[in-house]
Amino acid sequence: MNAHTDNIAQYNFAYLDEQTKRMIRRAILKAIAIPGYQVPFASREMPMPYGWGTGGVQVTASIIGTDDVLKVIDQGADDTTNAVSIRAFFQKVANVAVTTHTADATIIQTRHRIPEEPLKSGQVLVYQVPIPEPLRFLEPRETETRKMHALEEYGLMHVKLYEDIAQHGHIATTFAYPVKVEGRYVMDPSPTPKFDNPKMHMSKALQLFGAGREKRIYAVPPYTRVESLDFEDHPFEIQTFDEPCALCGGTNVYLDEVVLDDRGGRMFVCSDTDNCEARRAEGHRGHLSGEEAATV
Amino acid sequence: MTDEPLLRVRSISKFYGNRIGCNDISFDLWPGEVLAVVGESGSGKTTLLNCLSTRLLPTSGTVSYRMRDGAFHDLYRMSEAERRFLMRTDWGFVHQNPADGLRMTVSAGANVGERLMAVGQRHYGNIRATATDWLSRVEISEDRIDDQPRAFSGGMRQRLQIARNLVTSPRLVFMDEPTGGLDVSVQARLLDLLRSLVHELGLSAIVVTHDLAVARLLSHRMIVMKDGHVVESGLTDRVLDDPQAPYTQLLVSSILQV
Repeated sequence: MNAHTDNIAQYNFAYLDEQTKRMIRRAILKAIAIPGYQVPFASREMPMPYGWGTGGVQVTASIIGTDDVLKVIDQGADDTTNAVSIRAFFQKVANVAVTTHTADATIIQTRHRIPEEPLKSGQVLVYQVPIPEPLRFLEPRETETRKMHALEEYGLMHVKLYEDIAQHGHIATTFAYPVKVEGRYVMDPSPTPKFDNPKMHMSKALQLFGAGREKRIYAVPPYTRVESLDFEDHPFEIQTFDEPCALCGGTNVYLDEVVLDDRGGRMFVCSDTDNCEARRAEGHRGHLSGEEAATV
Repeated sequence: MTDEPLLRVRSISKFYGNRIGCNDISFDLWPGEVLAVVGESGSGKTTLLNCLSTRLLPTSGTVSYRMRDGAFHDLYRMSEAERRFLMRTDWGFVHQNPADGLRMTVSAGANVGERLMAVGQRHYGNIRATATDWLSRVEISEDRIDDQPRAFSGGMRQRLQIARNLVTSPRLVFMDEPTGGLDVSVQARLLDLLRSLVHELGLSAIVVTHDLAVARLLSHRMIVMKDGHVVESGLTDRVLDDPQAPYTQLLVSSILQV
């Protein structure tokens, strides 16, 4: 860090001015008080395009303090463009410590994944949300969807699941899988794979959702019931994988498919890079890691 | 049959600024009765229907509905949640244009099943079985259950809309020109179907139409409207065979003969 960037953090900590942070914190408090309810807030222009996590960045900027340790992931990875730029942004404007280790972080900003390692109490998970309204593609009118939330009219959500089964024989929704929070509000868990839905249930960490373009904040407080919607004869199921991670040999984790060549070669690797690295450091090896498994 | 009406309408008026939508209309609708509201375009038929079905707030007057527990409730003193619940369980609304009453982007089965899911059914197999049953009752073949309504003909869409409304066995159905825009042979089939369903299920219905033949076939009683006022009302056969009001006489004599 040079003197110039230090100055930015001192001149105005965490980019947003204090009144804006105060407004966002009030929205966050309201969201925590009513789990799953979308609280409107006056979303600001951020120095990045919509769709790059402007909502998540505003939430993080409002809750971050000088002693926080920040981790940023994009689809589970710490080293992709979105994660790297947002991490650099907060290093510059807040001068905070950053990490890639899930266990060391106090705030984890995420784009579309929940880390594999169970979160602890005291940690905050901040989601970047593109479309907060789970009913959007079924009912285009915002006035109507708000009324439906208010009156708890959620039959329409099951129409979508019905359509899935009618067309594909099973519930084919694999991401942005609708959940019911604390038995009341139906919520879009941002486009996380449904693999992550069970991790939201009774999570020890606070989960905050920010949608910058849509100007909504919602939250799931710690130890809150989060149930995925389903039918009695077609219960909710998470994705399963046929093979373990090709690098660390991990099972029961979410895997990304990586195409290796144009002759059908492919490998499946952990989407959570931190988890994969930690496992390899412990000596676990997959079949494509290029080295023999260490004797543990 | 009970000796109390299902719907009690008292002095309903709706003004659009200085213009009259409908003025001072009162009647009772009895269980199992089909009431036709006829009149020319702009006579306030649809305004009246919307005022009765809570889709439009009347300027004055009361509409009370006898709930399943036998108690009368003033529709406009109920909470919005109660009104909407009534709309999707105990009532049906058949629009003239099926696209207004259907979800055009989900399959026929889901269209029929939506009301079931809205009242809390969560068993896919049962919902689908009920949907299949209802499609066959409105003469839509079973293999069309996963097609979207936009792949359906006008007549099929209208029948699908009817199935969608009747699946929760409502007691009262509002119909706004249910046969409008259909050709005559399809119209005849739809009327036949409607008549047998109404009879089978013991439905009460309020049918708005400008077609006196539809009123003759479906309804027991009718109201003739002109410029927002009721000019004549009575048993359908009486009104059509022996019209008293000059306007009704004009209307009846205007029917084209083939």
